[in-house]
Amino acid sequence: MTNSVVVEDLVVVRGGAEVLHGLSFALEPSRITGLLGPSGCGKTTLMRALVGVQAGITGRVEVLGLPAGTAALRSRVGYVTQAPAVYADLSIAENLRYFARVVGARNADEVLEQVGLHDRRNQLVQTLSGGQRARVSLATALLGSPELLVLDEPTVGLDPVLRRDLWGLFRTLADSGTTVLVSSHVMDEASRCDRLLLMREGRLVADDSPAGLLKHTGTKDVESAFLAVAEAS
Amino acid sequence: MRTLATARRVLTQIRRDPRTLALLLVVPVVLLTLLRYVYDHKPLVFDHVGGPLLALFPFTTMFLVTSVAMLRERTSGTLERLLTTPMAKADLLFGYALAFGALAVVQTGIASAVALGPLGLDVTAGATLVVVLAVLDALLGMALGLFLSAFARSEFQAVQFLPAVVLPQLLLCGLFADRSTMATPLRWLSDVFPLTYAVDGMQELTRHASVTGHFVRDLLIVAGASLLALGLGAATLQRRSA
Repeated sequence: MTNSVVVEDLVVVRGGAEVLHGLSFALEPSRITGLLGPSGCGKTTLMRALVGVQAGITGRVEVLGLPAGTAALRSRVGYVTQAPAVYADLSIAENLRYFARVVGARNADEVLEQVGLHDRRNQLVQTLSGGQRARVSLATALLGSPELLVLDEPTVGLDPVLRRDLWGLFRTLADSGTTVLVSSHVMDEASRCDRLLLMREGRLVADDSPAGLLKHTGTKDVESAFLAVAEAS
Repeated sequence: MRTLATARRVLTQIRRDPRTLALLLVVPVVLLTLLRYVYDHKPLVFDHVGGPLLALFPFTTMFLVTSVAMLRERTSGTLERLLTTPMAKADLLFGYALAFGALAVVQTGIASAVALGPLGLDVTAGATLVVVLAVLDALLGMALGLFLSAFARSEFQAVQFLPAVVLPQLLLCGLFADRSTMATPLRWLSDVFPLTYAVDGMQELTRHASVTGHFVRDLLIVAGASLLALGLGAATLQRRSA
């Protein structure tokens, strides 16, 4: 299967300091890849590099066969930032309508169903809870059915039922051919991924399936596996 | 298409904020009325100051509202989010220009209707040209606000740009003192400040019944300065950032 994302020797320099030290990996379509690591290890910087908004990059970052950030990719890549990037003074429906116009998408109603907010469509975003805002932000990224979905901690602060539902949604999207990259600092979400990239201090310290990772480290959960890998590196 | 969607979105946001809307539309009228009765027995002074004020209100208010709105866009992450979509920088800038331009038409329409009507401000050239110049002044304020919002880290700082950017221009624009009586370096400074031409244009309209070459020059300079500021603003919208 052709890789949808290819990263080779990615180095990112920010404010004079090197924050990513030569990462190499590839992502496949129809897979959910979990990007796990502690806060501050460079997950967001890596994701920003993939969607083409990170400056100070050297190395190769290719998305869907094109250099990351190419204009033609902008309607094919969906990005959810860590903090919800939506207009608080607009309603859910108004946010969706605006982003749909910008992206040129027609599936605004569908994505509202997918994130479970269709019955609140006319509510102002500023009256929503943090978790609901995060879902509005996610909905805007699903507009236009992007082939690559880059999600920066989309399930932080959500209740377990919602988290399960969203992971179900990511699975559905992956099954239909989408490449899904999800970051998290919560290790227990790892078991829902097909593949894990473990990051620490700007380096990839492991690249394996959840089962493979546990097997190779001889541990019972991802948290212990991360500790084993971190101590060995 | 994206430009229109952006303009519509910006206007919806302002409509959601009736207090800001009221400030934009009512404050100029109140201040003009105040001024009219401050100079109750000196109608000539009111005629001298009233026209320039019709240039000053749209410039100042649009500068303030745009710099804060754009700063919010930068700090809330929506700007970065938009720059990962097919949205062109021009779509965003012209969307803002369209929204605030429309708002300026309403603002100036109301202010000049009141000033030229009940308050008896004497503008020889008539209301239409006043509104045309005032809308250009609004766009100048908007473009400067867009540009300077890149240098503010918080709304608190953005508001501080108002005295820093607007007051020097106001002091040197020729409204308080004739520009020819200023110290030479100050007159040079006044020559490069765009607000000077906005105010000068309004003064031309109060003096002459028909469009003069002088007025056209002022109009072109204000339009040119707006485009320059808009270009500088576009340069601050970088898709890639650290």
